[in-house]
Formats: sequence, C-alpha cells, structure tokens
Amino acid sequence: MTVRKLSPSPRRTLGKRHTELLAGCAATVLLTVTACGGGTASTTTKDGFAQVPQKDGALTVWVDATRMEAAEQYQRLHPDVKLDIVSYDGDANGSNYLQTKVQLFNRTGKGWPDVVFSSQNNEASWAVDADFAAPLDKGLIPESTLGRFSKGANDVCTVDGTLYCLRNDLSQAVLWYNAPLLKKFGYTVPTTWEEYRQLGEKVSEEHPGYLVGDAGDSFTPEIYLWAGKCGANHITGPKSVSVNTTSEACTRMAGLLDVLIKNKSMSTSGVFSTDFGKNQADKVLLMPGPAWYGGAVFKDTLKVPAKQIAAAPVPQWQGENAPSTGNVGGGTWLLSRHSTHIKAATEFLKWVTTDNAYQGEKAPGFPAYAPASEAWLKGQAASGYFAGDLSALAAASSQVWPEWGSGRFSQEAIWAATVKPGITQGKSIVSMLPAWQDSIVKYARANGYKVAQ
Amino acid sequence: MTLTHSPAGSAARRRRGAARQSRAGTAFVAAYVLLLIAFGILPTGYAVYFAFTDAGGTFTGFANFIDTAQDFRFMDAVGHVALYLLFWLVSLVVFVVALALLLHRLASGAVSKSLRFLFYIPGALAGAASVLVWLFMLDPAVSPVSSLLGMLGFHTFGEVIAPGNLPLLFTIIAFWTGAGGWIVVIHGALDNIPRDVMEAARIDGAGAWQTAWRVQIPMLRKWIVYMVILAFAGGAQLFVEPQLLSLASVGVAGRDYSLNQLTYDFAFQMNNVNGAAAVSVELLVVSVSAAAVFVARSRFFDAD
Repeated sequence: MTVRKLSPSPRRTLGKRHTELLAGCAATVLLTVTACGGGTASTTTKDGFAQVPQKDGALTVWVDATRMEAAEQYQRLHPDVKLDIVSYDGDANGSNYLQTKVQLFNRTGKGWPDVVFSSQNNEASWAVDADFAAPLDKGLIPESTLGRFSKGANDVCTVDGTLYCLRNDLSQAVLWYNAPLLKKFGYTVPTTWEEYRQLGEKVSEEHPGYLVGDAGDSFTPEIYLWAGKCGANHITGPKSVSVNTTSEACTRMAGLLDVLIKNKSMSTSGVFSTDFGKNQADKVLLMPGPAWYGGAVFKDTLKVPAKQIAAAPVPQWQGENAPSTGNVGGGTWLLSRHSTHIKAATEFLKWVTTDNAYQGEKAPGFPAYAPASEAWLKGQAASGYFAGDLSALAAASSQVWPEWGSGRFSQEAIWAATVKPGITQGKSIVSMLPAWQDSIVKYARANGYKVAQ
Repeated sequence: MTLTHSPAGSAARRRRGAARQSRAGTAFVAAYVLLLIAFGILPTGYAVYFAFTDAGGTFTGFANFIDTAQDFRFMDAVGHVALYLLFWLVSLVVFVVALALLLHRLASGAVSKSLRFLFYIPGALAGAASVLVWLFMLDPAVSPVSSLLGMLGFHTFGEVIAPGNLPLLFTIIAFWTGAGGWIVVIHGALDNIPRDVMEAARIDGAGAWQTAWRVQIPMLRKWIVYMVILAFAGGAQLFVEPQLLSLASVGVAGRDYSLNQLTYDFAFQMNNVNGAAAVSVELLVVSVSAAAVFVARSRFFDAD
C-alpha cells in the first residue's frame, strides 16, 4: 500500500508526462515555423531590391584577420558609428564558411552580417541565388564611383548584368624576382616564356637548388595556365561554362611547367607550405605570382630582406602581341539585402573600397579602385621595401585575360584534388590535362552548370 | 541503538527503498528520454521529412535519394567509407581485445592503472583537437617523428597524404583517439569474468593462449559486439578526419571523401538540404541494419 501511496498510478504519471511532452514538441515546432516564416514583414522596394524596415543599431561587419585593420580604422575615423566587428576566416582556401552561415541564417531568418569581406572572388555566384547579396549599381553606389574601378575589376561581381559586390583588391599576376641575386648570377629578366624556360634550364645546371617558380599551390593554374590563355574556365553565362584543357594553349604551358619541374628549377611544394618556408625560402630567383605575393609571401611569410624583391611583367609567348596575365583571387565586399542599416552599411562599403586612408595607404594588396591604386603604388615606392618601382603591377592590372571566370565551383579545389597529387607522384601535368577537364566538367554539372567542351 | 530489528520493519524499509529507487530510476530515464527526443528522435524525424520532400515541402518520394546517388562523388564516397570501416573495425577488434588481454595478464595494480590511464588519454582530447595533433605528426617538415617518416620514404606532406594512404591514415587517427576508451571497457569486462572459471581453466591445463581463445574471448562476446555496433555507426559517419585534412592540405586530400562530407556539401554549398537529408537517412538505415544483424547473430539480448 505504501508503495502505491508514494507513487500514485504510474500509468497516469506517464500519460501526463507524455501529454506535456507532446505539448512541448508542438510548441517547438510552432516556434520553428514562426521563425522560418518570419522576415516577411512589410518591405519597401528601393535601390533595386526589397528593403526591410530600417532601424538604428550596430552595423555588423565580418572581416578576415587582414581586413580587421580596415574595420578598426573606420571605427577610429568615425567614432559616432556603432560598429560590431566580427572576425572570421574570410573564406580563405575555399573554406566556404560564409556560404554555410548564410544558408543557416536563411533558415532561421536572422543573423546575417550587414557587410562582409571575402577573400574569394566567386561569392557573387552563390550569394545572388541565396538571396543574400544586395544589388549595388541600382542606386546604392553612384555610377561615378563604380566607373573609377580598374577595368574589369568588378566583372567577378556581376551576375546577369547587375553588380552584387565590390572588389577589394586586384590580384593580377606579375613576374616577381630577386634583383640582386639575378644580377649576381649574371642573368636578365626573361620577357618571353621561351626565355623563361631557357633560364630555368640554365639555373638547374649552374645553380641547382635555386627556383624560377612554384607550381605546388592550388592556384597554380591561375598563375600559369590563365596567363597562357588556356580555356579551362570560361564562364559564358550565369549557369554556363566552356571547358577545354587540352588546347594548344594549355598543353604548351603545361609542357613548360613539366620541363622545369623535372629539372627541379620549379618547386612543387607550394609557397605557403611548411616545406617551402623551411627549405626553399632563400632559393627564390624568379617567381611568377599575383600582386599580393609582394607583401603576403616575400615580406611576411618568407621574410625576404628589403631592397631585393622586384616585379616585372609576366612573360609572353614569342609572337604574341596582346600581353595577357592571370589572376589569383582578390577579395570582394558584399552588402546584405537583409540589412536594417543599409545607409550605414553603404557608407562603410564605399569608404573601405575607395578611400585613400585605407586603400591608398594601409591596404596590403593592389587596390581595385584605380585612384586608390595610384596612391598605393606611391606608398609602396616610399616604403623602400621593394627594389625598384611596382609599375609592372599597374600595367598588368588591365591585362588579365578576360576569358577565365569565377564560377560557383572552386577551380582551385579541383586542381588541388585532381592534379596536385599526381604532380607529387611525379606524373606530368600534360598527361593529367584530360583528367583535369573531366573533373571540372563533373563539378560544373553537379553545381548546375551547362558545360560546353 | 537496536542492532536487531523485526522482520516486518525490515520489509517495510525495503519497500520504501524500492519505491525511492523506482522514483530515482524514473527520473533518470525521464531525463534521458527528454534528451533523446530533443536531440535524437525529433531531428531524425525532421531529416526523414526533409528526405522525402523538396525545398517547397512537397512530397517527392525517392527523388532525393536517386538524385544524390547519381552525383559523381557518391559511389566514390561509399567506397571510401566501406574501405575505412573495414580497416577500422578489424583493427579495433583485433588490437583492442589483444591489448586488453595483454594488459589484464601482464600488469597488475599500479602498472595496470597507469597503463590504462595512458591508453585513455588520447580519447580525452576532443575529436578535432586530436586530428590536429596528427596533422603535425604527419607533416615531415614539423613532425617530431620526421626521421621515421623519412625512413618510410615520405619527405613531404604531399607524399604522406597520397590518395592511397588515406584509409590507413584515418584508421590510425581514429584508433589513436578512440581505442583507449574501449581498452578500458574491455579490461573492465575481463575483470568481471568469475575467478572460478579462470581457476577451472588453469586446473584443466589451459595456457594463456587457450584461456584467452576458449574462455575469455567467448565471454567477452557481448562487449565486443557492443563495441563493433558503436564503432560501425561512428565510422560510417566519418567526417572530422577528412574534413580537417582537406583544410590542412588546401584541398589536396580528403575533400568530398566521406558520405557525411558529401551531405555537408549538399546542404551548405549546393543549397540542397533535402538531398543531404536523404544521404543521412541512408546512413541511419545502414547503421541500424548493421546493428540489427550483429544483435541477432550474437544473441546480444539473451540472458546468460
């Protein structure tokens, strides 16, 4: 009897608990549905998109570690603006952090940053479909400002003729070289790929261990094959791409790399690898690479002393009359169409991409905004780190071959997974070009692209 | 201060004790059931709902399953996970049982305790942290055992993470992080084998090998099956190891390697949450079926 008194009717307890549970679950489901259904509050169509009601409050800005300085500088110069600066990985190395988060925010209906920096330049390709990026050329940013970006700089931000992001920096490839070392060895800077190859062969015989380049990074194709006009990644429409990796242009450049890899004048480690930093940092004679190599690789990673590194134009094939070069990344800034502080967000976006206080004086990369890039070049010359001026960068900024685009799939990831392991095993790049094409086609199709081969 | 008490009082106390125990039991189970519903059953139901609908919530039958199975990475991922599971389960059963038996036989007292603690330490590191430890171990440029890697013919990180090496690497990492806990569990189970059984075996002239093979391992059967079921479910969900390796190698190895990575890709890169749910449901079905087979074949729930 005692037992029953202490615990009255176990069945009823269970039943009650069950009911409570059900009620709890129902409440949870209802809440979820409401949250998902939220965000449909009355919107006003302005500047080319439906804007949510604007509020006061802190402007949320997502930046990577390098761009943190820009956001902090803005805060110092504009103490009255409430800024909530969030640091994230900047989507470097294809991390897709931003895309993952935006998909989650889209589900919960809140949480989007107002302005975000990404070190990738293909963000517009998904951010438009995900209904995240706001159009910028429909009233937010005046035409007079947009017109002063370097030619083609904002192509990667344009989807179906509308601009959805602003380019932070350009990453046109140039030929970096160690000027005193080149002089000491008695060589001259090659101007054609033929000369470049001969120099590589000479270096491997006369100064084994020294390097004329590196082909070990995931962005290797963007330095060499893009510059060599290999049509591996011609984005012809919002959802169509043309891929041909076995053309004469591709095999010629791949063959050049194979020769130099074989005689070891070209490294296959990758400039950011621990191996390169440890064993090859002081062996760089020449190095084709993007604009940001100057600061990010030579100065900060490899710690090359001042007055050694200089930049020359990327070589051209003999007989080519239109110079062409490649491009590796170059960050972009996006503005959220869900922002409740569009005015403040636009002010910040304009400042961070065009103002000389940051882009001209502080930015580590070559500014995409032309007036700022002039100031930036002067600043680099005045800093005294480089041997000679960086005018090659200015010339190259308008020579990026336009037939290599920024699709939704990552060309870098495809090269890394398909070609890089083969290079490590000693296979020639020429022999892997068909497999590379196959892989690009598969990834493009999986991402919904129509592929022409 | 009465040392003796009436039988009736004792019975009443027992009843009260039983009541207290039953209430405590209900409370424990209730807490567990709540968590199970919140983080197990509801999400599973949610995933099943997603798997059979499209983005708009319309019922689509098996369309999501067919679409994802036709993705060019799907069969590769199935193969990778199957190979990894084979390596992982075989090494787990063989080495964990062998090490536990060895530990039980050789060491006693303080030595056994400290060895068990040593085995357990790596498991105490959270999954991602222990994988990061291995990323350092496997890079000859920074590894404390770079000379060993060099002797095996590996001089760069790229050579170590060649595609053919991956199942073995993931097995080693998983074993290092996961096996210690199981060694401790199996060791505990060995302690539970009645002393008289072991005694009888010894009197019958069974040596160490025969005792292990004919007495201890058969009596560990349920523990081994339990370990295999959990390890199978965990292994089928392989994610952290390849994902971190792919970030560390800048995409050279480990991208889209496992089925779980593929679901992650579907959900967050290709905006196809429904396809991702379909693959997760497949993983659930496979793991539950495997568990059912193991339980049925081993008479797991039979009373001894």
